[in-house]
Order: sequence, then C-alpha cells, then structure tokens
Amino acid sequence: MNSALFVVVLITGLALVGAALLIAGLISPRSFNPQKGEAYECGIPSRGESWMQFKVGYYLFAILYLMFDVETVFLFPWAVILKDLGVAGLVNILFFMVILILGLVYAWKKGALEWK
Amino acid sequence: MFDFSIVTHWIDNLLRSVMPGWGALLIEFVLVGVVLLLLYAVLALFYIYFERKVCAFFQCRLGPNRVGPYGIFQSVADMFKILIKELITLNHSDKFLFNLAPYLVIVASMLAFGCLPFGKGLQVIDFNIGIFFLIAVSSIGVLGILLAGWSSNNKYTLIGAIRSGAQMVSYELSIGFSVLTMVVFAGTMSITGIVEAQSNGWFIFTGHIPAIVAFLIYLVAGTAETNRGPFDLPEAESELTAGYHTEYSGIHFGFFYLAEYLNLFIVSGVASLLFLGGWMPLHIPGWESFNQIMDYIPSVIWFFGKAVVISFIIIWFKWTFPRLRIDQLLRLEWKYLLPLNLINLFIMVLVVIYGLHF
Repeated sequence: MNSALFVVVLITGLALVGAALLIAGLISPRSFNPQKGEAYECGIPSRGESWMQFKVGYYLFAILYLMFDVETVFLFPWAVILKDLGVAGLVNILFFMVILILGLVYAWKKGALEWK
Repeated sequence: MFDFSIVTHWIDNLLRSVMPGWGALLIEFVLVGVVLLLLYAVLALFYIYFERKVCAFFQCRLGPNRVGPYGIFQSVADMFKILIKELITLNHSDKFLFNLAPYLVIVASMLAFGCLPFGKGLQVIDFNIGIFFLIAVSSIGVLGILLAGWSSNNKYTLIGAIRSGAQMVSYELSIGFSVLTMVVFAGTMSITGIVEAQSNGWFIFTGHIPAIVAFLIYLVAGTAETNRGPFDLPEAESELTAGYHTEYSGIHFGFFYLAEYLNLFIVSGVASLLFLGGWMPLHIPGWESFNQIMDYIPSVIWFFGKAVVISFIIIWFKWTFPRLRIDQLLRLEWKYLLPLNLINLFIMVLVVIYGLHF
C-alpha cells in the first residue's frame, strides 16, 4: 500500500510539471530571434564552451561526503535498536566510529578541508 | 483530538459500497494526488507571499499591498504572469538535461512533502523507515540543481551549480547526523512513531541538552540546505546573476522558485516533526486541564503553526547575517558542525543508555 502511494506521489510530481508546461505551452507567446538563444553572461558574446574542468577542491569534499554519508546509512539501523543493545551497542559501534573519525582527522591534517 | 483517519475510512467505505475494490482504490489514488497537488501549490503561493511580507517588515516597507486585500493575491497574479512568459530554449545547451532538471527538483520536493504528517491520521506515505526515506528523497534535489547549471552552458550557472552541489552535500551530513541523534532518542524511524513518542512532551524538552544542540544544528544546516539566508551562495545575485537558474525562463524558472519555497516548508516541517512534536499539542505532565484545553486545538493547526514559526526564524536569519564566502561555508560545516555533531551523538547515546532524559 505504501509502495503504491509512493508511486502515486511520484506521478503527482511529474504531473505537476507536465501540466504546468502544457498550460504554459498553450498560452505563452513564441517568437524567434537568434540573439535570444545566446547565454546570458556579460552582454558581449561569450567565449568558448562552459563545459570545462573545474576546481579539484569540490571533488575532495564530494569524496569526504561519500565516506560520511555511507557511515550515516550504517548508523541508522544501529540507532533504532540501541535501547535494546545498551552499553554493548555503544562499545561495538565505537570501533567503527573511531576508524572513520581517524579518516576525518587525516583529511584535516593533510589540509583537504582547507579551501585553496 | 480529532482523528482524520475517521474521514478517510468513511470515504473508503463509501467508495467500496458503490464499486469494486480496484475502482475504489484507483479513485482514492487520484484523490490523494489531487489533494497533494493543490496543497503543494497553495502552500508555495502562501510562502512566497509570507516571505515577501516578512522581508518588507524587516526593511520598514509595506510589501505587496495592491492585489486584493493586503496584497494576498499577489503571488497568484505572479504565477499567472510566469505562466504566460515565453519558454526560451538556448542554442548551445544540452536540451534533454535542460528539460529534465525541473522534473527532478519538483519530484524530490513532492516526495519529501508526501512524507510529512499534516495532522492526526493525515499522512500520505508512512513507511517504517519514514524519516530515512525523507532524507533520501530530498537529496535528489541536488541532482536537479547540478543538471540545471551544467546543461545551460553558461559560466555563471556552472559556478552556481557546483557551489550549490558542494554546499548541499556538505550540509546534508549535518542534517543526517542531527536526525540520527533524534532517531537514537526516539528508538524508531517511523514518522508516526516519532510523533507518538512525543505525547508526554516534545523532544526538545525531554531530550536534555543534546536535543537542543541537535535542533540548533538542524536549523543552521536546514537553512544551508535550502540555499537561503546567509548561505545563498549558489544564487548570489551580486556575483552570479541568478546562479543555477539564470538561463531558465517562464514556468521553467517557476518550478525552481516553487521547489525552493516548498523546501523551506519541508525543512521547517521536519524540524517541527523531530523536535517540536509534529501535530502533537503542547502537553505538560501533571497539568491535566491545560492539556485538555490544548487538545481542543486541531492537529493540523499545530503542525502548520510550528512549521510557519520555524520558517519565520529561517527567513529572519536571511536579514540578520551577511552572506558567507565558499571557504567559510565549508569550514563551518566540516570543522565545526561535523565534529560537534559527532560529540553530540555520543552524548545522546550516553543519555539514552543511562536513562538521563526526562
């Protein structure tokens, strides 16, 4: 039942975009002008493509994010049954946490968290 | 406290008495979709009006006051104006991704919207991993923003999109960890379960210090997650014209605008659900008559009231703090909020294990 409702909500979201685009397509004006299709930058014609390489800084943060996000995914099931596990649950998860925190400390010391 | 499942069960029985089961189910699905769509649109229009009015009062202006009494139809008029604008397609853009991006942004916010408990028995998607599902689907939105910036083939949109990507994935961690802290405290991931667990007192009151710290971290991270306030780097208008949606026109732009305001509502809704009890009225143990008076206020008013109050605080941030730089923004997350979150989680675990909460 819930999975079906998930699909219903998904279709509702798609329908919202589709319906609004349909209405806009019916009532909005159309006019062609070669200048209109140019990128909106500074007024002068833009030089070159924008699909270029960009700062490696973003890439490092993405990798760190991946590490910690996967960690959060593993921690959620543990969080639900923590009350039953008690102290043993805390001790067991500490091994896992300490390894990851060491990773963060390593990245910090290496200067991966500095914006250069 | 009025239970809305009485109404939904009544509709269900009525439909089942006049037609076969699959027909009733189909009509119910259509009803759910239409109601959700209307609520989504009305809330977005309300939030646009609300933000403009609040901003105006912060700046000693009047704000919109011409269309309808107190300008309440201003955002409806704006929506019509946006609908009759031309949809411009660029010469050098990636057409498929350019058109796909608004779908992703809207679908992500719609799915997260469907998980919120609007009142007692008034919730569309209720998984037993509810809050986890909510975080998962709301992070699809960043894909839409990245695609929008990348496919426009414009330097400003690309910079805006990549900044937004770095910011949203970083602050997603803080949101994840503060939600995790509250899941440790509640002992369940189901949204209904979390709300029911707060019937004797909201988590921010019963959860001791770690709950308050988690609430503050959630507010900061939520503001960053919605690209608002002091964290509006992706669309810093003095640097990047409009950031990732510079090249979108007409209703295409309207989708990003809509999703931005709905994300504000979703962030405040989740904050009220996790920390302020969702639709649960304010109950103080021992004050029986006070609790009964509070029960007379409908649950829908409680939920929307809390969400609007938290949204007001988030809008307030915008007019109080100056905009951060990208290095300050990432430093705040990785060097302050993340270690603080880990320590806070550890304290919360100790509080739960030794039963130190109220």
